[in-house]
Amino acid sequence: MTAFVPGGCETGCGEKEVALTREEVEKVAALAHLQLTEKEFETFRRQLDSLLTYVAKLNELDTSRVEPMAQVLYPARENVAFREDAVSASLPRQQALGEAPESDGSLVKVPKVVER
Amino acid sequence: MDPTKLTIQDVLALLKGRRASAREIAESCYRVIEAKKELGAFLTLSPERAYAQAERVDKIVASGDDLPPLAGVPVAIKDVLVTSGLKTTAGSRILQDYIPQYDATSVERLEKAGAVVLGKTNCDEFAMGSSTENSAYFPARNPHDPTRVPGGSSGGSAIATAAGMCVAALGTDTGGSIRQPAALCGVVGMMGTYGRVSRYGLIAFASSLDHPGPFARTVRDAARVMRIIAGRDPLDSTSAEVPVPDYEALLDQPVRGWKVGVPKEYFGPGLDGKVGANVERGIRKLEGLGCKILEIRLPHTDYAIATYYIIATAEASSNLARYDGVRYGLRVPEGELRAMYKATRGKGFGVEVKRRIMLGTYALSAGYYDAYYLKAQKVRALIARDFLTAFETVDVIVTPTSPVPAFRLGEKTSDPLEMYLADIYTVTADLVGIPAISIPCGWTKGECRLPVGLQLLAPSFEEARIFQIAHHFELAGGFELV
Repeated sequence: MTAFVPGGCETGCGEKEVALTREEVEKVAALAHLQLTEKEFETFRRQLDSLLTYVAKLNELDTSRVEPMAQVLYPARENVAFREDAVSASLPRQQALGEAPESDGSLVKVPKVVER
Repeated sequence: MDPTKLTIQDVLALLKGRRASAREIAESCYRVIEAKKELGAFLTLSPERAYAQAERVDKIVASGDDLPPLAGVPVAIKDVLVTSGLKTTAGSRILQDYIPQYDATSVERLEKAGAVVLGKTNCDEFAMGSSTENSAYFPARNPHDPTRVPGGSSGGSAIATAAGMCVAALGTDTGGSIRQPAALCGVVGMMGTYGRVSRYGLIAFASSLDHPGPFARTVRDAARVMRIIAGRDPLDSTSAEVPVPDYEALLDQPVRGWKVGVPKEYFGPGLDGKVGANVERGIRKLEGLGCKILEIRLPHTDYAIATYYIIATAEASSNLARYDGVRYGLRVPEGELRAMYKATRGKGFGVEVKRRIMLGTYALSAGYYDAYYLKAQKVRALIARDFLTAFETVDVIVTPTSPVPAFRLGEKTSDPLEMYLADIYTVTADLVGIPAISIPCGWTKGECRLPVGLQLLAPSFEEARIFQIAHHFELAGGFELV
């Protein structure tokens, strides 16, 4: 992608221009499974570019000795996240499929995935 | 029967005194909703569900049994909390016909306590926005000036509470989406500690930041609703196993001698002069209650918006991958599977949702993960450290909730960054995971009279402290400061 690597310098390079290309926007849209219009491609290129330039201000901070915070933590007993491995009531199959856009009553139907 | 000023206590008193039935109270709310339809507060009304619940409550009244704590209390639910059998859209076209098969835990607990669900409120699509203008259906309007926004993303719940369409409401807060609309509409909006209220049934936006929480017209009402929805839920593995105190019983405990921190960074340029003046008066009011005001520093404040918009969009890009036209929601039939995914998502998502998915996908993509996502997580840790340090010397922190009062529809829609900066004082509590409230703090002076919000923050699981000091502020006339 572009030469801009925000993590590449710890201080003082936050002002650098991010120059996002059309190809990069297309690549991201493909990764995200988003069909975009011509107009959206150009608008997003411009807006993402300006947002990325803004967030690059984080590079003013030296975080080389900081542990990342992925989740809010609080004191809890061990294994609190686990519940007993016991069977409990669940939605009947028919009902669980009730919101599927296309279903044969026992399975969700999708367009053909594998070519014969 | 005028429901517009009712508190929870009033509703219970009306029922106990047989002066109104739960059904009559619900009917009166629907009349207000109808009369103020142009505010765009609700996406879906649920009169059948409401009247069935009202009937159950009226039977309890007739039997003479003790009433549950929210008996007959009309409530509105933000449309990102799922409701069994009741359409839930998250403000998005991609869920325009979605009928959930289960209730969010917070909704289930409200109804178990006797609350009457009137309907689902308007919001920014997938809770992404600060004005409710990103609703795929229609924008909502501020009840104090319909040319202005109610704030967002829980704009509909804030309007419904402020305009007297309900007595309390549920919203969700990821970067300020309860507190900012509460401030802009002049009501109480509370976000608990991360994990305090179950996220089960909350349509996920950013899982490490999402919180359901109450809107109300008084601190006491907000405290009661919070106590009912708070607490461990086995269906949300991140919900905390920490006892929930009886917040209401603690409200009248004195706050004299409390140390209240005022962070300098929240009063810089960008803070509207009228809002700043009211908040200053609010701080003097707290001083008048016997609190000691101390200036504190939260040095990483300036990095909060950048940190937030990387983390929130990265999590959103992952969470919203589930909308693929397969198991529920919209499907746009178009050729093979991948083409169907792309067409469905391209048509079903609005522009702000796409923008955030794009930003988040970029931040997580190969070669950029360390530079953006990991970097933001590290700065998040620095912001959390700022607050931990501050709470070594103060009991609560006070700030403005929003840098500006309600702005005009369309005023901030052309520049995403300008809209994101509306959350500048609220995103920090979400990033850190601490509880925070917005309470009314008077009105702006001048040509248009608009509500101002005061934000109070406390350490993790110290919601009681927030309710207590906010309650004293309310009793001392702080809500109507002049």
